[in-house]
Formats: sequence, C-alpha cells, structure tokens
Amino acid sequence: MSETPPFTIESFYKFVTEGKLMAAKCSKCETVLLPPRPVCTKCLSTDFRWVELERKGKLLSYTVIHVSPVQFQSMAPYTVGIVELKAGPHLPGMIRGVEPEKIRVGMDLRVDFDTSIQTQWPLWPRYFFRPP
Amino acid sequence: MLIGKPLVSIVSAGLSKFGRLDGMYGREIFAEAAKEAFERCPNLDPAKDVEALFVGQMGESYEHQGHTGPTLADWTGLLPKPAMRLESACASSGVALRIGIFAVLSGMHDIVLVGGVEKMTHRTTAEVTEFLAMASDFPFEQWHGITFPGLYALMATAHIHKYGTTEEQMAMVAVKNHNNGVLNPKAHMQKVVTLEKVMSSRVIAWPLKLYDCSLITDGASCLILTRPDLAKKFTDTPVHIVGSGQASDAIGIYEREELTTMKAGKLAGQEAYKMAGVEPKDLDIAEVHDCFTIAEIIAYEDLGLCKPGKGGSLVEEGVTMLDGEIPVNTSGGLKSKGHPVGATGTAQAYEIYLQLTGQAERRQVSGAEVALSHNVGGSGATAAVHIYRKG
Ligand SMILES: [Zn+2]
Repeated sequence: MSETPPFTIESFYKFVTEGKLMAAKCSKCETVLLPPRPVCTKCLSTDFRWVELERKGKLLSYTVIHVSPVQFQSMAPYTVGIVELKAGPHLPGMIRGVEPEKIRVGMDLRVDFDTSIQTQWPLWPRYFFRPP
Repeated sequence: MLIGKPLVSIVSAGLSKFGRLDGMYGREIFAEAAKEAFERCPNLDPAKDVEALFVGQMGESYEHQGHTGPTLADWTGLLPKPAMRLESACASSGVALRIGIFAVLSGMHDIVLVGGVEKMTHRTTAEVTEFLAMASDFPFEQWHGITFPGLYALMATAHIHKYGTTEEQMAMVAVKNHNNGVLNPKAHMQKVVTLEKVMSSRVIAWPLKLYDCSLITDGASCLILTRPDLAKKFTDTPVHIVGSGQASDAIGIYEREELTTMKAGKLAGQEAYKMAGVEPKDLDIAEVHDCFTIAEIIAYEDLGLCKPGKGGSLVEEGVTMLDGEIPVNTSGGLKSKGHPVGATGTAQAYEIYLQLTGQAERRQVSGAEVALSHNVGGSGATAAVHIYRKG
C-alpha cells in the first residue's frame, strides 16, 4: 500500500501530472480545500483525505491578457478565468478552445490537463479550462 | 478607549518629484522627500530628535538592493537611529505609517520618520510586470499567466456582470484623476485625458486598457510623526491621525468570497472609522488606492461612500470630482500622480497633510478638516486605512 501524499501544493500538481484533479477534504467538517493546506480554514482540523473532484464548473469571471510576463509572450493574447467547481472550490486558470467573444460569465467549463508540455519537476504541468 | 483621540500628530511631510527620475537611486530619491519634510519643520533637529525610521518598499528586484532601512537612515543623516523596512506590496508605506503609530503610542519613541520609496522606471515594462506580479499568488495565479492588471480585470468583469458597471464609468475615474493631477506640480503625468482617449487606448487585460492602469513611477514620500502633546513644539498646524485600520485577506483572489469587493479594505475602513468616531458622511476628502480605475470604484463601495454596486454612478454623477461633495484623489491619485509602489501609502498621507493645512495650492479643497486614506497591497490581501483630522 502506497503512502498518502502530503497535503501540499506540490502534491496537487503531481496529481495534475497523472491527469487527476485532487483536493484535500477535511475529515472533521468535510470542507473541500483547494489548494490543500496544513490546517482546515473552517475548523482548524489537521486531519484530511484526498478526494478526486468532478471536472465540471461554471465561469465566475474572465479577462483577456494582452500584456503578459516574458515567459507567456508567445501565447498572448490569452484568456484566463476563475471557475467555480461543482465541488465548491474556485480555481483560476487559462481558458482554451473558445473564442474570447464567445466567453460568458456563468458558462459551463471543464477542467482539462496539458500533456503537450513535457516539464521537468518542479516545473509543474498546467491544468486549463475548456468548453465541455 | 482610543475613540476620537489623536493617536499621533503629523508635524511635517515630504514628497519627491514623482516621475521618471533617471540617474537616481531610490535612496537619493528618499533623501529628497526627507529634505522637504525637514525644511518644513525648522524647530526639528533631525539627527537629534528623530528616534527611528520605518520605511515601506515593495521589492529588492528593481534595484537589486535589500536592507533598505539603514540605507535610507544613512542617506537622510539619521545614523545610528534604528531603521526598518516593511513590505506589504503596494501597501508597504501605509503599513509603515501604522507601525510608526504603534512605536509612538507604545511610548518607546516620541518622534519617528515614516515613509516609502520605489525606483521602477529603469526597468522594462515586462520586468516591472513580473516584479509586480510577485505580490500575487505564485502557484495558481502567476503560474497560469495571470498578471497584476489581469487580477483587477477579473474584478472588473465580475463588477460589470453583477452591477452593470460600464467601461465608460471606469474611464471617468481616469479622466477625473488626470484633471486633478494637472494641478499637482509633483505628479508624474500632468496631462488631461479625454474619455475617448481612455476608451481607445490599447488593451492591457480586457476590460482594462492602458489608461485604466496607474503609472510605473519613481518616487518617495515621508511624514514626521510625534506624540500629540509634543506637536505644537514643532508646528502651529499639525494634522492628527485619529483612526488606523488594517486587515488581511487570501493572497489568491480566486479564494475570496466575492470578486466585486475587497474585504480587507472594507474591514480596515470599518476599524479606522470606529476608532476615529467618524462616519463616511463626515469626510471632506479621501485619497483611495486607484491602482486601476475599477479599484477606485470598489473603494467607494468598500469605504461606504456609496452602496455596493453604485460606485460607477458615483463617479459619473461627479460626486468625487474636485468640486464635488467628496473630492477623491485630489493629488491625481496613483493614476496621474504615479504609483511608486512602496511610496504610495505615505504619499496619500502627504496629500492629506497639504489639504488639511491649506497648502494644496490650485487643488486646495477649502475648509477640509476630516480626511481618509486607503492603501491596498497587491490585489487586496492587505489594506491599511487611516483617518485624519485638522489639528
Ligand atoms: Zn474542517
């Protein structure tokens, strides 16, 4: 039996490498924490278990970035948004596969994983959002 | 216990020119601000009387220079007095001011210098974009390409969606603050801009355009704080700080309960109002953190100048213009005066000091007696609010 990965941001991204959207669930009050944290933000418990989240959510807000940091310049302009996952937590990330003009607050989006970039740890792989 | 009582008194203040200050180091710019503060206060012997220095500065990256506290003490002639740098992103000197208040209230020091500095313009826009982003969450925001303007753009989109705020209303904030900045000889961009110019400027992070964003600026600011009972020894016209509030929020905006408000700003405001025994309707003027035009609209709402969702209408109706009911950002704000991040908090207090002592020249609001400053760090994980009363 393998050991439970620690409830850290690094563990979250290692799961992304495996194509899994994972969060920490508080064993005491059942709050889903993403990012995972050492202490539950609701009840201060330190007792968690990993749960795989449904990859569905709704768009809360978005923007189209035209002036980007150096390492993103080849992708600009690109769209980023904040998605409210069905399981509760909010997650920011890039929105791909849809024209900026067709993006609407409240639209359904799905979490997907970028497997095209072969990154060397600790350069994390990225999740992103796309229409279902 | 502290309700309505002066916590400390500002007996002098200084501000460097804001702008592109080629060939100067941050420490030299800070010395320029301190020189003005010392010259305004001939009864003060800085080397003897100033007991400590608390200074805000956001980043070491700009000048490849850390350990700023003693460096600035040295360049202002204050060695060997204790000196300390505080970092709270764009709220660094708002927080340094608060620490100065603690130092005086504690009884440990009677007279302190607080201030802030940033030297930014020698860096490329891409570099500055990257350095500023350090004030936001790395693993979930920066890692996914979300820039600093991007974070405020996410707030703007949410505000537009929830309340029907328009891009034109945001642009009106820029127009207003540039109109004020024209009257401020130390402002970075002393230039009127039209609504059309703001609306047609290039997109930085939709819906925010170039003229929705504050400026990359070099500058420094400082205040001399004393125990209130000592103030008259140094000036006939002190300004008392009667309220101070500060609060924290999640570093990632995606974790906030609401994208259309900044909870830390709201809580800091409530704390400061309560301490001061002041209500929003009592304010004569305010300097708020307009790092982006949407931020000023949200600040109106968080500080109770209007109801949630009505910030866009407030600026549209002219309430916050220089001749309005409550003029906001008479200095030109971060938008026109400029935003040398570490210097901004005490630069806001400098403008209030000028206004409440009748020294604001062409932009003077006559009869101003009660004022508020609102300084936000990063995308709102820190906020510091202060309330001032004419002495
Ligand atoms: Zn819990």
